[in-house]
Amino acid sequence: MNKNVGVVIVSHSVDVARGAADMVRQMVGDEVPLAWCGGDPAGGLGTSVEAIMVAIEKAWSDQGVVVLVDLGGAETNSEMAVEMLPENKRAKVVVCNAPIVEGSVMAATEASGGASLDEVRHTAEDLYAR
Amino acid sequence: MSESETLSKEIGSVWLAHSAGLHARPAIQLTKMAKRFQAEVWVGVSEDGPWVNSKSIARVMGMKVPSKTTLYFSAEGDDAQNAIRALIKLVENDFTSVADGGE
Repeated sequence: MNKNVGVVIVSHSVDVARGAADMVRQMVGDEVPLAWCGGDPAGGLGTSVEAIMVAIEKAWSDQGVVVLVDLGGAETNSEMAVEMLPENKRAKVVVCNAPIVEGSVMAATEASGGASLDEVRHTAEDLYAR
Repeated sequence: MSESETLSKEIGSVWLAHSAGLHARPAIQLTKMAKRFQAEVWVGVSEDGPWVNSKSIARVMGMKVPSKTTLYFSAEGDDAQNAIRALIKLVENDFTSVADGGE
């Protein structure tokens, strides 16, 4: 499992995060380490740095991990979570500038073939740049 | 060298019957299969092209190929012939049972 780049999905909504992860699993398969998180601890909308860090660990691959986010706080909290990782892991995690659902599916498709962290990131980010 | 390279170029075609055409899931399966091979593999809807890199999920999905279309594959490289065969089989099998490996 560790030979492929991992994918983490971070949404303000637990339903969006879970739904995007469902799409990845059903459309792409299970060759890619995958984790998701969403919502604040009280059950409302939001994101949590701690939950993002747990998700990154869960989807960890030595090839790296891409993080797909939705709005504002999801991005800043994901960047904060990356900053708080041990130094040797930090450089292997990238937050993508891509739509969360489509980007997750595209990134996982690319990752499933053993692509590098850079290639996976570009696949997600180039989605609308054709 | 360039002459011998052209010898390894393979072409094949298959009827796309899948009811939704080459939509998200079929496009993903096609891309995943193409990535199993070292060869460069292109896909198109005419044997004269234009050809699209079949390992690029965004480009394959962007083709928006409808159902009841003939898909053409073109591949170049050592395992080009196997790549074409596997892709044709995938489409013939309606994009199912790809989890069992290439054989």
